Amino acid sequence: MTDAASDQSVLETRDLRMAFGGLVVFENLNFSLRRGERHAIIGPNGAGKTTFVSLVTGLLRPTGGDVMFNGRVITHSSPQQRVKAGIARTFQINSLFKALNPLASLVIALAEREGRGGISLRSVARQAGLIEEASALLAKFGLADDALVTTEKLPYGKQRLLEVALALALRPQLLLLDEPAAGLSTEQGHELFRQLAILTGDTTVLFIEHDMNLVFRYADRVSVFAAGALVVQDTPERVRNHPRVREVYLGV
Amino acid sequence: MSSLSDPAPRLPGQQYFASIARWSPGEIIFWAALLAVFFVPDANLPLYGQIVIWGLFAMSLDLLLGYRGIPSMGHAAFFGIGAYTAGYLGKFGWTEPISGLVLAALVAGLVGWLTGRVIQRVSGIALLMVTLGLNLILYDIVHRQSELTGGDDGLQGVVIAPVLGLFRFDIFGRTAYLYALAVTFVLFLVARALVKSPFGLALLGARENPRRMITLGTPIERDVSTVFAIASAMAGAAGALLTQTTQFVSPATLSFQRSADVLVILIIGGTGRLYGGFIGAIVFLLLRDWLAALSPVYWYFWIGFLLVIVVAFFRRGIVPSVETLAQRLRRR
Amino acid sequence: MTSVLTVLFNGVAYGMLLFIMSVGLSVTMGMMNFVNLAQASFSMLGGYTMVAVTQKFGIPFLASLPIAFVVVGIASLVLERLVFRHFYGTDDLTQVLLTIGLIFMSIAIVTYFWGSTYQQVSVPAWLTGQQEVLGFTLERYRMFLVVVGGALAFVLVFGLERTRFGAIVRACVDNNRVARACGLNTQLVFALTFAIGGGLAGLAGALSANLLGIDPNFPLRYLVYLLIVVSVGGMGTISGTLIAGLVLGVGDVACKYYVPQIGGFVIYAITVAVMLWRPHGLLGRRA
Repeated sequence: MTDAASDQSVLETRDLRMAFGGLVVFENLNFSLRRGERHAIIGPNGAGKTTFVSLVTGLLRPTGGDVMFNGRVITHSSPQQRVKAGIARTFQINSLFKALNPLASLVIALAEREGRGGISLRSVARQAGLIEEASALLAKFGLADDALVTTEKLPYGKQRLLEVALALALRPQLLLLDEPAAGLSTEQGHELFRQLAILTGDTTVLFIEHDMNLVFRYADRVSVFAAGALVVQDTPERVRNHPRVREVYLGV
Repeated sequence: MSSLSDPAPRLPGQQYFASIARWSPGEIIFWAALLAVFFVPDANLPLYGQIVIWGLFAMSLDLLLGYRGIPSMGHAAFFGIGAYTAGYLGKFGWTEPISGLVLAALVAGLVGWLTGRVIQRVSGIALLMVTLGLNLILYDIVHRQSELTGGDDGLQGVVIAPVLGLFRFDIFGRTAYLYALAVTFVLFLVARALVKSPFGLALLGARENPRRMITLGTPIERDVSTVFAIASAMAGAAGALLTQTTQFVSPATLSFQRSADVLVILIIGGTGRLYGGFIGAIVFLLLRDWLAALSPVYWYFWIGFLLVIVVAFFRRGIVPSVETLAQRLRRR
Repeated sequence: MTSVLTVLFNGVAYGMLLFIMSVGLSVTMGMMNFVNLAQASFSMLGGYTMVAVTQKFGIPFLASLPIAFVVVGIASLVLERLVFRHFYGTDDLTQVLLTIGLIFMSIAIVTYFWGSTYQQVSVPAWLTGQQEVLGFTLERYRMFLVVVGGALAFVLVFGLERTRFGAIVRACVDNNRVARACGLNTQLVFALTFAIGGGLAGLAGALSANLLGIDPNFPLRYLVYLLIVVSVGGMGTISGTLIAGLVLGVGDVACKYYVPQIGGFVIYAITVAVMLWRPHGLLGRRA
């Protein structure tokens, strides 16, 4: 890989290896993500897609190899350090603050981003900037009317939107979405992606998805994972017609 | 165009947080009542002083358990550390109460901070056992080293000077009550400001979903040490209050019994509201005062029964249950 | 002069008692995730049952043991059906508080009927005094405890490993939902396991009355030991409970004999250390 190409890659893995005891999930995984692109990861269940995201965000540490973000090695950085560097993620199953309302949830994210989440005696009410930004973000996701409703009382679709809003609140450089449309109807899924396309601007987005329509509509490039290996990495069109992909999915 | 006399309309979000930060009438009545009790003739001020001190102690546990979700079965350890520190200061010549109290709280807070570091990755039953175990170790040491601590007979020769040089601790408990109330109110203000701040929200977030807090970049482990330190310091202050107002300290201040009692008090009153500890202390101590006078047997039975009923039907405790009831009535 | 082996032996006897007292707690914690601290009260109840039955009805000591087992077993079954099963699935703290409340109530009830002093306990002559065994002088009652404890441990382990009911119990401990999906009547299994665990606690109480004394404060005194045995040994494992019980029993007796100025400190320190190193206990499984 030439230096010019490295400058463009916001995320890279080098010979990444992950094993749980005797079970090897990846071996020599070399993956690269270009700045600003919308990149989809697809593949059958058990191919290691979520494990990959957890390795990038730091919830898991690899057994070998390196993860690089903006050219810097982050393999041994804590999850929090990676967030501060600019990586945010959503989970396949909503990971929200069930007993809090969306407004408070976003205030938490924003306060942390601004470095104001530490010990303090100044009430939230006096921090108008945080409240304004949180309210504005909720409005962008169409959640303004639900700002004060307890999260667990919200319908699933709105919870999913909040899940994404929390990640975007951090203004990340790289956004990792683990099956964002999971549990949503086809319509809701398309609506979510449509909003995402607008709201993410020039943030680099990496998403895992099963719905091929969404993938082909929104992804610039697609990576196919199967049995812990990167089988193909190419544009959606070429991936769709790739014989290896057929093999991987259909066993043909 | 808005005129100079019209304030800009506030966002609903702004109003929401403002209403949370505002002092409710109930709160004002509560503290006014605590002050007013002082002027009631023949009031049982020694008992009420105890209630205030237990309330502070339970409130400190509320920060840990109610707001951060860390259950501790050994919180009396910090109460006792504060109590003994104040005791030793009083015994060896440092008799000024306010500075003694501050020092006792700092010592307890430091030990609490260290404990927070130790228990960072522990949860569930293991967490209960570690906090219990540490409490029992401390009790065992204090109880056994009778040459140093006076053992069961307690620390002898504790002398506390008058508050601000003016108000001597009298046998009617008048100075004691006002002193305890003043200290408790100040610490309450600190706790209140803390939980209404973004840090308070971060505690709730970590209680609800630690993994999500990590993926937002929050140093939740550091926050655990911080809240442990604060909660322990306040518990230590409560312990120091007890020593200073009674001029006596014994191993009972850090016994498992005391840890269990403060937990029961907080649960009965309700966690996560700051006032739960005080309400629980009022119920617990008044009930004990009344029933134990009849017979200790009755006390054990009814407090056990109360605990079972609260856990079964009013799991969130008195304060949240009353709040919900008030909301429902208001809606009618 | 008491030799090391005698101290060891006494520790083993004490450990056996702790094992029998705690095994029910360990299994119910592992199976239903239910922290039943009232087990300590069940033991107390067993002790008082034994005293009442031997003194009021003149029933011989040995016969009173199975009676204590049955009486307390039934009592715990009733309690399980009426109260406990509504709390499966609640968090640990809730269960701790509920069962502590029950302990308080049980202390008050027992004080009301029997008073607050230690009960007079008498055992048959052949269990009192000492006996020469292989050159060592051992107390007869303690030998009895070791024998009974060992037999029970064997029966429990055998029962769990070899019988059909044991296999069902193991399945329910391992994965409740799947067990139910396979058609096992988990409600019935829970109730029976509770009854047996409670009965064993009652038996332990009846056995311990002579050694440890029986009074209304019994539950609070031994609650801490129960918790330590179960958490250090690991929940849901019989062998874990046995090992932890023996370690704790020997450790406690040895420390009290050889280094009385340190006492319980060592036990608590070991507990804290184990909980930090292995939060699921020495033989517990990662859930």
